[in-house]
Amino acid sequence: MVEQSLYPNYPKDLEMVITTNQVNFFYGPTQALFDISLLIPAKHVTALIGPSGCGKSTFLRCLNRMNDTIPHSRVEGEISINQKDIYAPGTDVVELRKEVGMVFQKSNPFPKSIFDNVAYGPRIHGEKNQKRLTEIVEQSLQQAAIWDEVKDRLQANAMGLSGGQQQRLCIARALAVGPKILLMDEPASALDPKSTTRIEDLIGELRTNYTIVIVTHNMQQAARVSDYTAFFYEGRLIECDATPKIFTNPRQKQTEDYITGRFG
Amino acid sequence: MSRSRKLLITDKLMRLLLVGAASTSVLVVCLIFLFLFREAGPFALNPGLGKLMDSQWIPVSFQEEHFGVGPLLSGSALVTALAMLVTVPISVLVSIYIAEIAHPTEREFLKPFIEILASIPSVVLGFFGLLVVAPLIKTIFGLSTGLTALTGALLLSLMAIPTIISLSEDALVSVPYALKNASLALGASHLQTIFRVTLPAALPGIVAAVMLGIGRVIGETMAVLMVTGNSAILTFSPLSSVRTMTATIAAEMGEVPFGSVHYQALFWIGIILLGITFFLNIVAQRVLKKYGMMK
Repeated sequence: MVEQSLYPNYPKDLEMVITTNQVNFFYGPTQALFDISLLIPAKHVTALIGPSGCGKSTFLRCLNRMNDTIPHSRVEGEISINQKDIYAPGTDVVELRKEVGMVFQKSNPFPKSIFDNVAYGPRIHGEKNQKRLTEIVEQSLQQAAIWDEVKDRLQANAMGLSGGQQQRLCIARALAVGPKILLMDEPASALDPKSTTRIEDLIGELRTNYTIVIVTHNMQQAARVSDYTAFFYEGRLIECDATPKIFTNPRQKQTEDYITGRFG
Repeated sequence: MSRSRKLLITDKLMRLLLVGAASTSVLVVCLIFLFLFREAGPFALNPGLGKLMDSQWIPVSFQEEHFGVGPLLSGSALVTALAMLVTVPISVLVSIYIAEIAHPTEREFLKPFIEILASIPSVVLGFFGLLVVAPLIKTIFGLSTGLTALTGALLLSLMAIPTIISLSEDALVSVPYALKNASLALGASHLQTIFRVTLPAALPGIVAAVMLGIGRVIGETMAVLMVTGNSAILTFSPLSSVRTMTATIAAEMGEVPFGSVHYQALFWIGIILLGITFFLNIVAQRVLKKYGMMK
């Protein structure tokens, strides 16, 4: 299945949770992704980097089928999570998205209380027990390292939080559903440096329990938070390797040009 | 004269013209208030505003005349409340369908029909009410006449529904995509997203739409005059004939002696009506402004 020769720097016993094979993606007549074959290891952080418009966000949104909502879009090829083809007919998108959480570039809390934001996911999936909900909310907020800041005002409107707090609340909201995989689409690009550091620290803590795929524009950030890095350019996957290898000794000329700042 | 000077003068003239045009509406509103009060004024001194609290409206009589606006207010309130009971659920559901569920081609097909419905003259709707709705109500409920508050309410719903639909649809469409995406990404279905995220977020806009709809319904005259039976009785039964404030003014204004007490009483009804719609409009604007939905 996996050609070890393509990933010489990956440990042999690395468990792969997401595998994609020859994935093409189209927005109407425009092709945005070309033959993407990528492996994403479990319980590690994989960064997707590349210049704007290179398809990294499109690829990320294929992994929880968020692209389904875009009219006239089309996916070809195979994307499997835990050996199950997520685009196979009859796939339950609700189950998929419970398994694969997502954090967006711009924090998007609901105009509801902090508690209701985090409880939203469990509630729509049928959790009615108030005690259990309270537990889930507390646990998720703690995991997202925001509990201490909001524990005294869980009933306050989430829109009153700062940008960085809102983003961590969104992470808590995603965790409350109990996903195994977390997709992050430039989660810190709209935040100040201090909030960015907090999010990066949080990613470092979450990697022990979650498989994280993060899209980032910021190469230092990719170098800091990720174990593996995939470089996208013009809709193609140019190179994927262990992060230190990509940043010190990439195999492809284009990768080297990008990370040394010659374009992008 | 130099070219730039000429431009400057044209500029100033145009500005003056536009400012003048824009202030006309303010001026007209002020003038309407002024003239209403001027015509209605003497009534307050003789026979006194207390007369308006009377329980009957019998403006022409050989014994004592009664100018109680109570029966007319209750008529307007009854018709409006009934109309809203019919209108609000239908309009909100239709706007959800158009904004969130309908396929773009369906939307393009539906919207012109709703706009046409909004543009039907109320007299024409009145005909429809007399010929279709009133006989229907008469047979269904076994009444002696089909000209009831309910008949008027149904016709008014037809008028208010398109207004409320398009304003509610605007409110629903302007809910940020990011919120819907957040809900979908948490595994919510399309319907769960609509009822738990989109609808609550659009609620202020929908409330304002309903307020404006009520304003339109209360002020509507022609259709209710034609189909509500025109009897000024204090009642809360949907199947009884009623008379609204607007219908009273329209029906009696033509025959009233100029400057008489009856004439002044009609102007007081106008003032009350204007006050109500003015208030509703202000509340609706406030709600829209507060939640940043003003365009």
